[in-house]
Amino acid sequence: MRSRLSLRITALLYLLAVLVGPVVMVFYRALEHGLGDFWDSISNGAALHALWLTVLIALIAVPLNTVFGVALSLAIVRRKFPGKGIVNAFVDLPLALSPVVVGLALLLLYGRQGWLGPWFTDRGLQIVFALPAMVLATIFISLPFVVREVVPVLREIGDEQEQAASTLGAGSWQTFRRITLPAIRWGVAYGVVLTAARSLGEFGAVNVVSGRIQGKTETATLYIDAAYLDFDQKGAYAVAVVLALISVVILIGMSVFRPTEETA
Amino acid sequence: MSITVRNVGKRFGDFVALEGVSLGVETGSLTALLGPSGSGKSTLLRCIAGLETPDTGEILISGEDVTDAPPQQRGVGFVFQHYAAFKHMTVAKNIAFGLEVRKRPKEEIEHRVNELLELVQLQGLAKRYPAQLSGGQRQRMGLARALAVDPEVLLLDEPFGALDARVRKELRAWLRRLHDETHTTTVIVTHDQEEAMEVADQIVLMNRGRIEQIGGPRDLYEHPATEFVMTFVGEANRVGDTFVRPHDLTLTLSPVDGSEEARVERLVHLGFEVRVELVRHDGAELSVQLSRDEADQLELEPRQIVYVAASRARVFT
Repeated sequence: MRSRLSLRITALLYLLAVLVGPVVMVFYRALEHGLGDFWDSISNGAALHALWLTVLIALIAVPLNTVFGVALSLAIVRRKFPGKGIVNAFVDLPLALSPVVVGLALLLLYGRQGWLGPWFTDRGLQIVFALPAMVLATIFISLPFVVREVVPVLREIGDEQEQAASTLGAGSWQTFRRITLPAIRWGVAYGVVLTAARSLGEFGAVNVVSGRIQGKTETATLYIDAAYLDFDQKGAYAVAVVLALISVVILIGMSVFRPTEETA
Repeated sequence: MSITVRNVGKRFGDFVALEGVSLGVETGSLTALLGPSGSGKSTLLRCIAGLETPDTGEILISGEDVTDAPPQQRGVGFVFQHYAAFKHMTVAKNIAFGLEVRKRPKEEIEHRVNELLELVQLQGLAKRYPAQLSGGQRQRMGLARALAVDPEVLLLDEPFGALDARVRKELRAWLRRLHDETHTTTVIVTHDQEEAMEVADQIVLMNRGRIEQIGGPRDLYEHPATEFVMTFVGEANRVGDTFVRPHDLTLTLSPVDGSEEARVERLVHLGFEVRVELVRHDGAELSVQLSRDEADQLELEPRQIVYVAASRARVFT
């Protein structure tokens, strides 16, 4: 009894120190001078634009990574193809690679002196220091989450239900929509939440490829960094709180919509 | 012939699952694919359903070559050992699946689902989810789901394998009755010889990817073609090259023509029958099956000396 209690207290203290404490501090510092003050800090053009840009990038990256993540998971679990092991390993690459390296790699490929950069520039398409590269960087960084959530679920449900559907006359799309997707939907949902959280919080890779032009290519995280370095702590905290709130809303939305019934 | 299998072979890497398998299943019959695990019986069934593609040979359903056709186009109903229930759908939705995929009118689907619920005795459970059903109920739902689309051929892969003994027996008898009513051409895979004998008109006995013998339940038991059939279907004593069934041995207390001396090692009482384990004077171990009355008359005791004679024995060369 006693050791269990002390274990619980240790776990709680640990969470308090590394997780809850810092988050509470950010909220406290942002709101200590009242809501009006807080509102003033985020209602300037640059901050609003940064937040909007972050949301816009997430709105592009998350659906793309969801669709491709599910397709990739199906390929990894249900198909046999040469090079599958390599594909599976590559999915984890963004987790292992520093985002800064990812950013540099994109610069090398799409930059003015990059392999593909001139081709796009000739056609009037600006990739780096513009939205396309920022979206690309975010997609790269947040790619593994849907796959890593969906793959184990697909393995666990097995393919018998899918086989049953095919003997009952369902084509592959019907089987996917009516059988596979409902079975993996919570895996997909968690993957989406993690992807969204990662996209909203992305800093390193976007920092390299964006050029950080205020009001143009500055995302929320970049704005916070710039504001902090510019001794505008209030502004930094305020935008940080908005980012955190978006994440909290997504998490709450997840648990509200998740039904409590149906197990096994 | 409703199903024809011609010279089908299938490998999984180095493992030969099927080799040169040919088989005919008549319209309206109930055939059992019987064999130990790894004998290829499930693989053969899955090849017929289109869930596996054979490496060699061809498969015809109702005279039509379906070797390369996907499962959707074969007109088969398949029942899985572990039910393969659609967990996120109610019983009614599970059964309706094949009809909904075919975009049948709503009233027709509803009517058919009710009909099937009654057939498999699941009325009142239509709104339940599979997780709220027992194993036997789940498998009956699986059967109703397979039957909903009026398959030309019903294929069952160890359908009662995951159920307890009592439910198994019930469902087995029920399946036979169902077949006698509907006359759907049916193939059932089982490793249980009793199940095969009780249910099937025709038994296909498989071993190591090949067919050992095809015949009626009685054929296989009385006229086994090979040693394997003799030992797999029913029990058999083996002495050297000779095989004899336990009930084809008679015991006497004094020597008779052709009898040999043996000592009783153990008596096992199995209700109406008694199994007597003997060691013959030459060291051969034999198991003899007697009725309780026969055993009582002989007043057998362990270590007693008796005389054993075979009324029927077989040698396979």
